[in-house]
Parts: sequence; C-alpha cells; structure tokens
Amino acid sequence: MEKSHLYYPGCTMKTKASDYEDSAMKVMEKLGEPLIEMEDWYCCGAVQSLTEDDIMHQIAPIRTMCCAQEQGEDEIVTLCDMCYNVLRQANDRMKENEDDLETMNEFLDEDPDYDGGVEVYHLFHILEGMKEEIEDAVENPLEDMVVAPYYGCMLLRPDNVAIDETEDPEIMEGILELLGLEVLENPKRTECCGSYHTVNRSDIVEKRVEDIVSHAVKEGAEAIVLSCPLCQFNLDFNQRATEFDVPVFYITELMALSFGLDIEMKKHKIDPRSLLKEKGILE
Amino acid sequence: MKLKKLTRDIDFMDKVEELSGQSLNSCIQCGTCAAGCPFVEDMEILPERVFKHITLGNIDKVLEHNTMWICAACYTCSVRCPRDIDIAKIMEAVRQVVLRANIDMVDVDEIDNMEELPQLAVVGCFRKETG
Repeated sequence: MEKSHLYYPGCTMKTKASDYEDSAMKVMEKLGEPLIEMEDWYCCGAVQSLTEDDIMHQIAPIRTMCCAQEQGEDEIVTLCDMCYNVLRQANDRMKENEDDLETMNEFLDEDPDYDGGVEVYHLFHILEGMKEEIEDAVENPLEDMVVAPYYGCMLLRPDNVAIDETEDPEIMEGILELLGLEVLENPKRTECCGSYHTVNRSDIVEKRVEDIVSHAVKEGAEAIVLSCPLCQFNLDFNQRATEFDVPVFYITELMALSFGLDIEMKKHKIDPRSLLKEKGILE
Repeated sequence: MKLKKLTRDIDFMDKVEELSGQSLNSCIQCGTCAAGCPFVEDMEILPERVFKHITLGNIDKVLEHNTMWICAACYTCSVRCPRDIDIAKIMEAVRQVVLRANIDMVDVDEIDNMEELPQLAVVGCFRKETG
C-alpha cells in the first residue's frame, strides 16, 4: 500500500499561501507519499500562548490532535512553520504534563479523551528522509541559480521543537542542493522577519526585511527560499519598501519546477517568472 | 545622606514569575538577550533593563516603555540565555498583566489593509495584543 501523510492545512494555506499547498501536494504525490488532508481540523492560533496558567489557548491545537486520533492516525504533518510550532508546543505540553492533559480532557467534549499519542511533524521531517527519492525525481536541474535559504524562527525555536540545529541548520540546504541549485550561506537565515508586526507595525517589518534581503543579496542571492507563509508574505510584500526585488519561493515550488511539474505561482508580489525565464527554467 | 523612599511593587514580580514559570533573580544582566534581539533598535529600554525593573518592583518603569510589545516572541533570547531563562515567557507574562486588565494594544478598525494580510498574521497579532 502506498504510504501517505495526514496533512493539517491551517488557516492560510487555502488562500494567501495556496501556492505553497498547490506545489507541496504535487511534489509529495510525485515522490510517492501524498498528503491527505485531515477530515476535520481547527485553526492552531498562529502563535503559542506562553503563560503557565493558560490552558484555554491550547484547546484548539489539542482538538486537532483529537481529530487525528479519531481518524486512527498517530502523526500529522504541517506545511506552515507557525502551525508546526504551535501544534507541537501545545501537544508536547500535554504529553509532558499529566495534570494539563487531565484538565484538557475534562474541558473537551470530544469523546474519547485525547491520549497524547499523536506526533506533530513538519514537511521538512518527511523530506529529510526522502533524499534518494528527491534526487530521482529531478528532471530539470535548476542550475545557474543562486538561492539563499531562510528558516526564520518557528522551525528552530524554542530548541525543544527545533527541526535542526538551532543556530546552524542545514536541512533546507541539503534539499536545495539536490535540485541542482547553488546554495549560499545566508547569514540572516535564522533571524525573525518581524512576524505579526506586519499587521500594525509594518515599519518594524520593513527594517527586518531590508536587513535580511540586503545580506542575502550581498552574498549573491538571486532568490530567497523558505517554508513559512508569514515569512513569505513579509519578505515578498514588504520588499516594496526597499531597493530590492528578489523573488521569494516556497521550497516546494522549486522542487516542483525541478521535477518538471506545472505549478500555479499566483500569489507572489514579486513575480518570479522573469528570473525563471532568464535561467531557462520556464519558457 | 538622605535616602529617598522608593515605592516598590513586589507583587508584580511574583505575578510575572507565576505566569512565566521563570525566575527573574537568575538574570545576571549579561545583555546576551539584547545583543541577539533583532528588534532591539525599536525597544525603548533593553530586555535586561525590563527584568531589573521587575525585580526592583518598578512596575511603572516596565509598563511605560514599549519593550514587551516590540518583542515578537521569536525565542532568540530564550535559546541563547546563559542562565536558561525563557525570556520570551517573561515578555509574554508582562504583556498578559496588561491585557488581562482589559487593555488592548491593537484596534481592528485601524487596520486599513486587512484584505491584503495573511490570516496567520492577523490571528497572531490579535492573540499577542488583545486580552
């Protein structure tokens, strides 16, 4: 039987980040381990609530764990870095704290109780174990293009949920190299993009974007690659306040292009097509 | 020498420690948090100064500055603190002291580009800046 993964989309993937979902679905199908969307799920809350007494904001993530449990699954996979971080932190809190789990189950009307048996993964956890499959799937190596990987915060911090070394991650670099890309060492790859300040303090985000993009460009980047819908929005949209015009790709978009798959690329503010044509990747 | 009597609110420190689960007296004022913080230029006082004010009971000095609102909980300070203080949790606790008094820091009517914003930005902002 073909292996598949139970996929948790979250609030942004169907609309603003549809380019990510579209390309990730196609890439995982091609790699032979398709993402199957959960039958039911709840918004994770986007940011983790960090106070000791706040059980209330853990409810939605744990309801999603109950949905997975109800489907008879013990793993869920996210594409969004923020969903990964929040679901993982909330789930770990329940696994590590019996009293919190008991309080949660008393409150939830879900039946049966959550047993703490679901694990939360990010797409990178899956891709890391599929290097051979990725290499075999590459039909059009993306040669002559220099990219800067960007991790941001939510994949790497806090360290108990990090998908790789907190200060020196390499997961993304390893995958991008398989696609034929030239991957540079991006000095700002683990610094925050400004996150939710984009709502009411865009001045702060613009400074973060200027700092991150200017350093990537200085190193020779022609594009930035990432996996978080909020980082993508901030780095893409807010470059309008800078002198730069660097396309910001989801990693699955570049994977799909190297696999020879048609993808949408509809939501980019900085259209990546001229760069892709210049590199002979698109006609 | 005449000593000035200071007004101190030790309850505030207890509240922050209770909400965050962190010990503020562990801070050695080394400044590693400020050195690595990507938002520090927009903070009116540095993070370690916030902690000092809390331990001294200077609640007004903490609340009259913007530091906890500029913190976006990126956890850089938390992973680098040599005393293993989860600083993001302290900032969250200080924010919560304000928000739980029914004071919101963002007004939905003042966001003029709501349709342009991705959902997770709006959800995240309202989770961190409203009670």
